[in-house]
Amino acid sequence: MMEIGLGHYLAVAAVLFTIGVFGIFVNRKNVIILLMSIELILLSVNINLVAFSSFLGDLAGQVFALFVLTVAAAEAAVGLAILVVFFRNRGDISVEGVNLMKG
Amino acid sequence: MLASLAFWAFSGVAILSALMVVIARNPVRSVLFLILAFISAAGLFVLLGAEFLAMLLIVVYVGAVAVLFLFVVMMLDVDFAELKQGFLSYLPLGGLIAIVLAIELAMIGMSWQSAPQAEALRAAAMPEGMTNVEALGTVIYDQYVYFFQIAGLVLLVAMIGAIVLTLRHKEGVKRQSVTAQVGRDRKTAVEMLDIKPGQGIGE
Repeated sequence: MMEIGLGHYLAVAAVLFTIGVFGIFVNRKNVIILLMSIELILLSVNINLVAFSSFLGDLAGQVFALFVLTVAAAEAAVGLAILVVFFRNRGDISVEGVNLMKG
Repeated sequence: MLASLAFWAFSGVAILSALMVVIARNPVRSVLFLILAFISAAGLFVLLGAEFLAMLLIVVYVGAVAVLFLFVVMMLDVDFAELKQGFLSYLPLGGLIAIVLAIELAMIGMSWQSAPQAEALRAAAMPEGMTNVEALGTVIYDQYVYFFQIAGLVLLVAMIGAIVLTLRHKEGVKRQSVTAQVGRDRKTAVEMLDIKPGQGIGE
């Protein structure tokens, strides 16, 4: 057991970010999992911000993590609303049909 | 010692559950693993001394966003097995991109070092002798008050947007018309009849 430093938290955030990007590329058909992957990416960004804030002694990082959280919640709400409307119109949620929405 | 043990536990659970979010077959399980990932991240925040953000993560994500996801997953009647079909064909490309990204991030992490003047450049230095919530409150409502207001506006716009997107008026449903109700007067509402005894008002 070694002392936990800034680098450890940054490594965890980097791994979470990579998993999120991997999820976006692998789940091409399922928009719900795509949105969840985006949430994971934003979570990793938050971990980065809070880790730097804690180790530098600067509260601004936590304030911006708060704003990232706000935007992520708004994005999830609007994204899921679009998803519900899209499902109502088409009957499935495959991303491949989304280009039909072009006029 | 205990803190480092907690770090390894929380980060391990967070990473494993994030992986399960991405590869789980059933989206309901994905949502539940997402909740687990957020709770572990909240534990990491507590270890970092950001108690307020940790509690916020649990309230906002576990309490609101994850339940919203769960609601949508349960409400949509979709054949999820069919949606999972392209998984194996996209796996090589996704894996390649993930590995390249991981190598890039590792290279940044290894060559990065903190600037010597970083301490002097702090935007809002953590005040001494205050709890995290107190300190965060003094900073948010003082230095970042406009940002805070704009964050509230973002949430308002998202709320209105979501309602406008999903609201629909069905045809053929009887609705209450307040103007018609309030606009009734004595002339349209009451009719005076002179009825003889034993006759009734049969037409």
